[in-house]
Amino acid sequence: MSALFELENLRVQFDTKRGKLHAVRGVTLHIAAGECLGIVGESGSGKTVMWRAAMGLLRGKKVHRSGSVRFSGRELLPMSAKEVRHFWGTEIAMVFQDPMTALNPVRRIGSQFSEALVKRLGMDKAAANERVVELLRLVRMPEPEKLVRKYPLQLSGGMRQRVMIAMAIACNPKLLLADEPTTALDVTVQAQVLELLSDLREKLGMGMVIVTHDLGIVAGHSDRIAVLYAGEVVELATTRSLFARTRMPYTEALLKSIPRLDGKRGETLQAIEGAPPDPVAQTVACFFAPRCRYATEKCRTEHPELLDDGTGHWYRCFYPLKAPAQ
Amino acid sequence: MAGSGVAHMRNNDEVVLEVRDLVVEFKAGGGRVVNAVSKISFDVCRGETLAIVGESGCGKTTLGKAVLQLPPPNSGDVIFEGTNLSKLPKEQLRSARTAMQMVFQDPISSLDPRMMVRDLIEEPLWVWERGSEEERAVKVRELLNNVGLDPELVLNRRSYEFSGGQCQRISIARSLALEPRMLICDEPVSALDVSIQAQILNLLQDMKDRYGLTMIFISHDLAVVKAVSNRIMVMYLGKICEVGSPDVIYSKPAHHYTSALINSVPIPDPTRKRTTVPLQGEPPSPVAPPSGCRFRTRCPAATEKCAAEEPQLREVSPGQFVACHHPRS
Repeated sequence: MSALFELENLRVQFDTKRGKLHAVRGVTLHIAAGECLGIVGESGSGKTVMWRAAMGLLRGKKVHRSGSVRFSGRELLPMSAKEVRHFWGTEIAMVFQDPMTALNPVRRIGSQFSEALVKRLGMDKAAANERVVELLRLVRMPEPEKLVRKYPLQLSGGMRQRVMIAMAIACNPKLLLADEPTTALDVTVQAQVLELLSDLREKLGMGMVIVTHDLGIVAGHSDRIAVLYAGEVVELATTRSLFARTRMPYTEALLKSIPRLDGKRGETLQAIEGAPPDPVAQTVACFFAPRCRYATEKCRTEHPELLDDGTGHWYRCFYPLKAPAQ
Repeated sequence: MAGSGVAHMRNNDEVVLEVRDLVVEFKAGGGRVVNAVSKISFDVCRGETLAIVGESGCGKTTLGKAVLQLPPPNSGDVIFEGTNLSKLPKEQLRSARTAMQMVFQDPISSLDPRMMVRDLIEEPLWVWERGSEEERAVKVRELLNNVGLDPELVLNRRSYEFSGGQCQRISIARSLALEPRMLICDEPVSALDVSIQAQILNLLQDMKDRYGLTMIFISHDLAVVKAVSNRIMVMYLGKICEVGSPDVIYSKPAHHYTSALINSVPIPDPTRKRTTVPLQGEPPSPVAPPSGCRFRTRCPAATEKCAAEEPQLREVSPGQFVACHHPRS
């Protein structure tokens, strides 16, 4: 498989009053065409900053980006905002977390949607309007002809998120980045939106990245999962391997903290005590050591590297959990 | 569902809160009415946690607030420890309400960003003139310790300096300041990360044991309430679908809606594939709810009877009540 999207040693730092804030500390990842990668991490783990910086959405005097970001072999980081804009929407599309604020509240759905098609694809108005209805049907919106006349506030959160998805796939992107696409939604609607994303990926042959804080969400929908902690990849494996042969104590702790339907009632959930490290403070230790139940002196004085266990399952830990025999 | 009825009510001495035929309606303009809560009855026993579960717009938050008379319901009775709150004069209601507190969904916007944590937690105490200044200061520290925050580090800071999970701890400390006997938690963890959710759920459980609280826990996520509840009430569009203990609700849900909710919860296990299709569509508008059973428009088992006749809550197995003409067996 050739890589469609590659991050190599991507670093993102911000200048703050308190000093340099290290949001992303050297992330290397690649996504093959048609593949779905899940990126999992807590608030503040750098997952959103990573994508925004890679896409050129985060830039400015106080943002320092280094490393390499390649899309279909083309280097994105040195591009100007104008150049990189060409990729947005047409090659790489994004779906954001909050469907409530991502749409323009004072314009009808149809008009703000078709404008994108006219500008991007040079369609004439009538053809664009037709295509909008077609796309809305593709994301399973009931009565799309009526919907285009409505304003965003007349739609529920789930419907707005589907409009956002329809807009994202309008130009047949090769890659869809979904940043917490279902966090603002109910469980029932969440299930619908996840099914929809999976279907569309198959139908359109897109690569997809789902960024989330909930391992449960990506379990059923991604091919591989990268777990992020304090701006670093701490575990990277196929979805099956990550769940069946968890190596990283942090991933294990995340899994145990999910309330499960098949869990026992009245059982105390195993919370991860403490909080992620301060991104301004520098340390030589393993970032997870202060919260890790297995941490030793070595973990507090040395920083582990990302290692392959020989099966393509990567982890960043001196004392990985034992993998059960396959 | 759609169901009305009182078959699930328990008339024993342990009942702390009894809600009867509660109706909350809002005017929607053009003479239309939003039927947020339609004739709901339920009760909560001492020391119990009742979970109210349903999708956005099912009226679960409105119901929780109506219990506190915020705003007072259009009709129906809320009887807390033998006192009918709906009939109390304003001042007496205010004072009765100190025994019932609420924890809100968004921990960051529910705290005044200009107030220091010390004042946020002390405020209920000085409003009600509880204790001397020194006693109040001691109480504030004790509360912070109980919710797992170090008073030295947090007393003089403001809410925006804290993460969502920490803010929720502060909110919980504030709600416990008056030593309420009942706590109504409205989606207390849905704005938090999974890893922090577990901390707050465990904290609520601790506080419940420590202060001997009776709790109403409102959530849209059945997996979350499983860990904390003694009794679950599933709501849809302002009505009750099913009431029962978690054991029966999860192992053999009788209502099709309950079963759909359970099937929507993501399974953190890639080897287990979902066997059923997720619930399609979204709830109809509460301005014009469907006739008969309100769930029938999305229900796989709906028949003509469901459109014509509203199902009543009835017992299908010991302690499990369902409002459905064609319950799952």
